[in-house]
Amino acid sequence: MSLPIAEVGLVEGVSVQIIKSLVIFVVILQIVPVVLLIERKLLGRFQARIGPNRVGPFGMLQPLADVLKLVSKESSTPVTAVPWMMALAPTIAIFTAVASLAIIPFGDAATAPWGEYGLYGLDVPIGILYFFAFGAIAFYGFMLGGWASGSKYSFLGSMRSAAQLISYEIAMGLSLLGVVMMASSLSLVDIVNSQETVWYIVPQFVGFLIFLVAGFAETNRPPFDLPEADAELVAGYNTEFGGMRFGSFFMAEYIAMIVISGIATAMFLGGWQLPFVDEPGWLQPFIVLAKIFLFLFLFIWIRATLPRLRYDQLMSFGWKILLPLATLNVIVTAVLVVVI
Amino acid sequence: MPEPRWIAPDDVTVVQRGPEPGGVRGAYRTFGETLRGLKTTFARVVEGPVTMEYPEQKTPVYPRFRGRHKLHRFEDSGLEKCVGCSLCVAACPAECIRVVAAENTPEHQISAGERYAAVYEINMTRCIFCGYCEIACPFDAITMGNDYELADYSRSDLIFTKEMLLADPLERTPLRREGE
Repeated sequence: MSLPIAEVGLVEGVSVQIIKSLVIFVVILQIVPVVLLIERKLLGRFQARIGPNRVGPFGMLQPLADVLKLVSKESSTPVTAVPWMMALAPTIAIFTAVASLAIIPFGDAATAPWGEYGLYGLDVPIGILYFFAFGAIAFYGFMLGGWASGSKYSFLGSMRSAAQLISYEIAMGLSLLGVVMMASSLSLVDIVNSQETVWYIVPQFVGFLIFLVAGFAETNRPPFDLPEADAELVAGYNTEFGGMRFGSFFMAEYIAMIVISGIATAMFLGGWQLPFVDEPGWLQPFIVLAKIFLFLFLFIWIRATLPRLRYDQLMSFGWKILLPLATLNVIVTAVLVVVI
Repeated sequence: MPEPRWIAPDDVTVVQRGPEPGGVRGAYRTFGETLRGLKTTFARVVEGPVTMEYPEQKTPVYPRFRGRHKLHRFEDSGLEKCVGCSLCVAACPAECIRVVAAENTPEHQISAGERYAAVYEINMTRCIFCGYCEIACPFDAITMGNDYELADYSRSDLIFTKEMLLADPLERTPLRREGE
């Protein structure tokens, strides 16, 4: 068997790939508790509260306490549930979330003594399609989780999740199509490189807005958190999950947030590039992380602001506004790309 | 305004419906109002939190705040003001005060009057802090203090005896200044 199995933009040594994967995995997993804390602190500030400040200095050990609590809890299985499916569902959720991380570009390809390497997991030519593929699989995690729980609330939640993900994935795909046409490449690294002169957020602003809205829906974040609607469905598809199984779903949601932010950074905000300045190579990952945090801030801000949509509003918004808008955006972009 | 499909009879109130979703106006409502909401929440960040971190910070109370009771002595002679008349008991709507009076003797002078309160207990689990005892007292022997931190571990600890009520209470409650 020869590596790489698939066609990639940049061929690297096996050891480099392993180290790279580990670094990305570890770094992003360390970001998750940071995001958790930032979210709770910021939510507090948005609601004129202080937020958690009891565990450690400034409440900085709060995520640790939360995880400890989750780990020490029991993972119970209801009598009506299908146990192996219940065990599988969080695994799928977290696997797909982590796998999508691979294509987020944190920096350009560079040359080192041991050969050429790229500051990203993988530069696959199908690029953005890889992200959509795993996004589609992630939905099985929610679906199986709710279905296998043997609970009405869970089932309702997973049904909503299915309908929501399908409706918004179309708009999301179409919103990115404009960028793909302008860059004439699916590879995220090529897309970032083609934003040398102007970031795609300027010519593709409508696409950016659509992507943002669809991204909120894809990650089940408020105001599109209907699958887990605490008030009406208890917690939707993860009602029956306890302990670290619930923790996995929770973590998957946050990693998905980071992934969506990373994709948005690469597609619309010029990835590792700074405007007007030539950035040094070592700074690139930090620029990307800063932009990702910008998006995460937006996620939290929106969560603090908007109430949950009603189900029919969600559907009519997705199909009647977002989809036609995205289609129009694609058509206009296509015409302009051909004409200019 | 579209024509109603049926003419509503007089006894039927036609409910005004919300705007239809979708369309350009729908998009404006969605995004325009969203931005307004975002502004509102961000203004809270700029303002800063309004939280009082309670055990460490306490909200100051007004001077007339009715908290834990105090029994008083005369400052010069040190005699108790309470003469055991039980008017506070009669005034108390929660029936939380118990007074047993006893006669003063020249060797054993406790209060300024003829009699004194041998037992003076207030059951704080029953007290509703109405302040009627304060009003009823003809000698200003009992007044309401400012302390509101009265939680305890057992009910029997919340029956305050005369010694507890006479002792100078811990000044734990910040007081608001005049006009604050």
